[in-house]
Amino acid sequence: MTDPSGARRTIAVLAVAALALATLLFLSSGSQGWFGPSSGVRFHGRDVALEDLGGPFTLSDMSNQPRSLSDFRGKVVLLAFGYTHCPDVCPTTLAKFAQVRRLLGADGPRVQVLFVTVDPQRDSAELLRNYVPSFDPDFIGLRGTKAQIDAVTKSFHARYEIVDHQGDIVVDHTASTYVIDTRGKTRILTPYDQPARELADDVLTLLRSP
Amino acid sequence: MAVPGVPVLALLVTFFLSTGATAGATAGEAAGLLTVRDAWVRATVEGQTGSGAFMQLTSREDARLIGASSRAAQRVEIHEMRMVNDMMTMRRIESLPLPAGTTVALDHDYHIMLIGLSKQLQPGQIVTLTLQVLDARGMRHAVDVVAPVRALNAAPGRSSPKHD
Repeated sequence: MTDPSGARRTIAVLAVAALALATLLFLSSGSQGWFGPSSGVRFHGRDVALEDLGGPFTLSDMSNQPRSLSDFRGKVVLLAFGYTHCPDVCPTTLAKFAQVRRLLGADGPRVQVLFVTVDPQRDSAELLRNYVPSFDPDFIGLRGTKAQIDAVTKSFHARYEIVDHQGDIVVDHTASTYVIDTRGKTRILTPYDQPARELADDVLTLLRSP
Repeated sequence: MAVPGVPVLALLVTFFLSTGATAGATAGEAAGLLTVRDAWVRATVEGQTGSGAFMQLTSREDARLIGASSRAAQRVEIHEMRMVNDMMTMRRIESLPLPAGTTVALDHDYHIMLIGLSKQLQPGQIVTLTLQVLDARGMRHAVDVVAPVRALNAAPGRSSPKHD
């Protein structure tokens, strides 16, 4: 009872369907992220879902009020370490975050930027209050004691070092951005030089498929 | 500080060249040896005592940038920024080579660091810097740079970005 032409048609339909599926998967995969352990979702940044970075923390905000990561559940958090005397990298990163929020349009308010100073001795709450919201009024600057900052950086596997060259203090620090999903899990590590458009894409992916 | 030994001819030549290439050029001072383009300083907020100055330098002959000063800051240094294993490191360097005819960008990898600012820098203000340049014959040149202050969140880099 076989019908060779019908079987051929079925194979042809299956082939077209498979090709379409493959194309769809390829298009949605993005250009990077094919290496290393991942959660299966494709990002422009590095998928760190399986690396167990970060976790709950509480630091002081620009009004000396305690702020916990859990306060921002439901939002995607962009977390960066830095210091206000940073001439280039930190302002560039914060300006990029402001651009990401603009690119996201109506979804912009669902992104919370947290700028954690690794130089709390010089970065007072007042200085953070002057500095951080100048990039975007919703951005929050966080600080803490050295022990608190050390604990947070350690949990994110971030590093920093304050180097004093005869009174000329320079602060070396991790320049990547930690992208934390709406449930507080660190999902993506975005390199410093990743364009705002790609970071916005990744944020959107997390907002759409949390 | 005086500008020693800059031939008038060289000054004229540089003036001609820099006016001939006005597209995109912003405030900057050209001495005979050095052409400075797109100089700017990042604004600061109150309480912030350091900032960066950025510019494009093109020397007519092999030379080195060996220092800088400004009345706006107690100390002005040449800094090199590097990314080492995702860690941003910044160090003062003694000098920066300026090969003949090559535009050296002080925007990311290198910048001028202003330390101990006497007052807050606000967009629209002007910061005057003096660069110290050593030419291949061992002669020092002082080059004044007029750098407008741009917003704290100003995009770094060139007036005509690579990526756009």
